[in-house]
Amino acid sequence: MFAEFLQFLFTGITVGATYALVAMGFSIIYNASHVINFAQGEFVMLGGMGTVYLLAAGLPLPVAIIIAVAMTVVVGMLLEKLAIEPARNASVVTLIIITIGASIFLRGVAQVVMDKEFHAMPAFTGEDPIVIGGAAILPQSLWVIGGGVMMVLALWFFFERMKMGKAMLATAYNPLAARLVGINTKMVLLLSFGLAAFLGSVGGILIAPMSATYYEVGIMLGLKGFCAAILGGLGRGWGAVAGGLIVGIAESMGAGYISSEYKDAIAFILILLVLFFMPSGLFGTRGTERV
Amino acid sequence: MPQKAAERAVPLLSVRGVSTHYGRIQALREVDLEIAEGELVALVGANGAGKTTLLRTISGILAPSAGDIVFDGHSILRAQPDRRVEMGIAQVPEGRQMFGPMSVEDNLVLGAFTRTKTEAEADLAVVLDKFPQLRDKQREPAGTLSGGQQQMLAIGRALMARPRLLLLDEPSMGLAPNLADETFATIRSLKAAGTTVFLVEQNASAALALADRGYVLETGRIVLADTGRALLENEKVQAAYLGL
Repeated sequence: MFAEFLQFLFTGITVGATYALVAMGFSIIYNASHVINFAQGEFVMLGGMGTVYLLAAGLPLPVAIIIAVAMTVVVGMLLEKLAIEPARNASVVTLIIITIGASIFLRGVAQVVMDKEFHAMPAFTGEDPIVIGGAAILPQSLWVIGGGVMMVLALWFFFERMKMGKAMLATAYNPLAARLVGINTKMVLLLSFGLAAFLGSVGGILIAPMSATYYEVGIMLGLKGFCAAILGGLGRGWGAVAGGLIVGIAESMGAGYISSEYKDAIAFILILLVLFFMPSGLFGTRGTERV
Repeated sequence: MPQKAAERAVPLLSVRGVSTHYGRIQALREVDLEIAEGELVALVGANGAGKTTLLRTISGILAPSAGDIVFDGHSILRAQPDRRVEMGIAQVPEGRQMFGPMSVEDNLVLGAFTRTKTEAEADLAVVLDKFPQLRDKQREPAGTLSGGQQQMLAIGRALMARPRLLLLDEPSMGLAPNLADETFATIRSLKAAGTTVFLVEQNASAALALADRGYVLETGRIVLADTGRALLENEKVQAAYLGL
């Protein structure tokens, strides 16, 4: 009984860590521009597919990962530079539609340049499960969770301690004031796309050995990450982490105890409940600032 | 007086025939004005006259549809707002515009965004000495400060940029009379310390009393320009803005 519960929990945390990385990407771009970037899932796909492709080309795993991440970051920044910035005077809804177009475009390019097959990436360090309390954990799970924790800590450091991180937060809180103190808010937007692409691709690479990757893998991962971001209160860093873990664990428990048929529905039921009863998310504030 | 003309020959800021539009609505009509180094110049006018539009055009938030803005001898029209802050134009915006959830200290340090860390740290101490109330609240979120404290923080944040020209947009707005007086006292001390100030105010009497020179803006046009004292005594100004 308990072993079963533990098993579902580990699975949930592992998947949830990936959702959390995607959700943080959503939140970072949202903060910089109020745009919801629906190409976020494609960053996840590009990370995983890129790595698989580079591995097949004969590169060692660490090199393939670094190149795939760097490539995805460049794609993210190009997306901002070529598709978002030229339309910066358009409404937010228009910009969101542009990101949907970009996501379709990126999937198209991926299937032409790479292929339409499912790919399994080898696990980073072996396939022998570690047994804890009767539950089996794959070593790759630990990579996903450890990688997620590292990313969260690095982001925390960036936003709390570094000048550029604070400038990004300041832009989120008050874009006008940010420009008046000399922050280049265009640069902040570019950086936010780069950062979101970085997080997405890392998530995609970490999870790829456990769940196969293909050119459309980003659709579901992107949507789940979006649910996680909304659940935690869009734009809130810790909320994104909590949201990701909640969605991941709920999904895994639902699949385990109810039926795996409902696995994908659970995230969307959660998001509906949250939007009905707590529209600003579990950790969203209701604005207590003085004006 | 040729000597006086020579002194005024190279103003720190000169706005030349500037017009600014919001879409098809024209908010500024061929505005001309000059501010010399060390001067305190006031701009008065009713709500909606275009005062904030003018400041935002000077800071580069809005682009003019005609005219030129020359700072320190160079046209700055092509410079983005961040470049203009670097050149020495800092603005205290209307409504104070805090980074609400961030600490008072973070707000101040961000004011020095275009400068080095050492410069920022040195000036943080100077600004906190100037506004001791802020020192007590250093770690608290800016959004929790009172209106008067927020105004001090907004001024302090702009000073962190070491501006050569300080633009103040309605610093007394929304403040109780005693706090407004305090704000004007702060502005007086800034002027005494040699800061060049362009003060935009609805409170015309207080602003003109402080100012070396003043301009009156009406529906986007400069209609009067004179010394502060002369404007205070001008019948039209008295009738329209001083309630006399």
